[in-house]
Amino acid sequence: MNFSWMAWTLPTALFFITIALLLVGMAVWEYVSPGGNPRVGILRFETTRGDRLFVSLLGSAFIHLAWLGLGGPNLWWALALSVVYAIGVFRYV
Amino acid sequence: MEKTWNNKAWFMVLPVLVLVAFSAVIPLMTVVNYSVQDTFGNNEFFWAGTDWYVDVLTSDRFWDALTRNLIFSAIILAIEIPLGIIIALNMPKKGLGVPVCLVLMALPLLIPWNVVGTIWQVFGRVDIGLLGHTLEALGINYNYVQNPIDAWVTLIVMDVWHWTSLVVLLCYAGLVSIPDAYYQAAKIDGASRWSVFRYIQLPKMKRVLLIAFLLRFMDSFMIYTEPFVVTGGGPGNSTTFLSIDLVKMAIGQFDLGPAAALSIIYFLIILLLSWIFYTVMTTSDAQS
Repeated sequence: MNFSWMAWTLPTALFFITIALLLVGMAVWEYVSPGGNPRVGILRFETTRGDRLFVSLLGSAFIHLAWLGLGGPNLWWALALSVVYAIGVFRYV
Repeated sequence: MEKTWNNKAWFMVLPVLVLVAFSAVIPLMTVVNYSVQDTFGNNEFFWAGTDWYVDVLTSDRFWDALTRNLIFSAIILAIEIPLGIIIALNMPKKGLGVPVCLVLMALPLLIPWNVVGTIWQVFGRVDIGLLGHTLEALGINYNYVQNPIDAWVTLIVMDVWHWTSLVVLLCYAGLVSIPDAYYQAAKIDGASRWSVFRYIQLPKMKRVLLIAFLLRFMDSFMIYTEPFVVTGGGPGNSTTFLSIDLVKMAIGQFDLGPAAALSIIYFLIILLLSWIFYTVMTTSDAQS
């Protein structure tokens, strides 16, 4: 099958592989520890670990966009900030 | 009762997964790939990195279109949701009036979007349109082709005419599901009309209102066909919403890279706002 029409590049392929691995990891986590670990965190509504992943990914996307709009094209600091943010979400939300 | 677990059930969701992959995931991946490259056609691409995102995020064109989108959605939600509730409350609950009202309410929803645009484009014209001609005869200076405020008013009225019915039908479905016992209890307690609405009807409509609110927000935020047909984004850029700007960029200028970057940003904004609305409303629903 020819996927050249999708205009793949190595960085975008790595990006989607990372997302896929995250989803596989969440599925394995759910298999090992079923129920989604629901809890009420600092946002004061119930979230499961799937919700926390969604909030982490969405927030990370906006951190990167804000960095691009305000800071410039170098995204390593935005990535580091996103990892800290995601850890915070999984710990406190 | 003990549930029966059967992992073969996962195969039942496989068709949906395949459908979503082809209709959403693969196109989204392709757009992401385009957003970091430049192309002049012939399936040849040149790496651009995050340049298109920086271009879009630092352009006035993007922020102006986004502001127009947010203002438009806020206005039509502020009109359509209360108006839909008022109409639903006043619709008959029994007799011949029910099917007549339901059919009348459903009619605007059955009209294709480009036809709605064409209807209002002709309707608003000063030379041949009933609305434009009547307003001119009344001495009101109305011209949606030249005046930005007239163009906005026309688009808002058109959207309200087209989509308030959806809110009405959803609210009506919520209202008819309320058992008579609730109204009887309220009558015994001597509850006022407002109290009946506030403590019986509104809570029972909350779930359908959430659906109506989300549907209308997402639809209005993504509006394209009607304003494109009526105003084409003008006069000037006064009704150029993000979707219209996106099409101008992608098809008019063939700037596929910047257009892809704009698409991703547009998608993320809709995702964020929809998630916020959904979370706030479902959380308050659960608490009540």
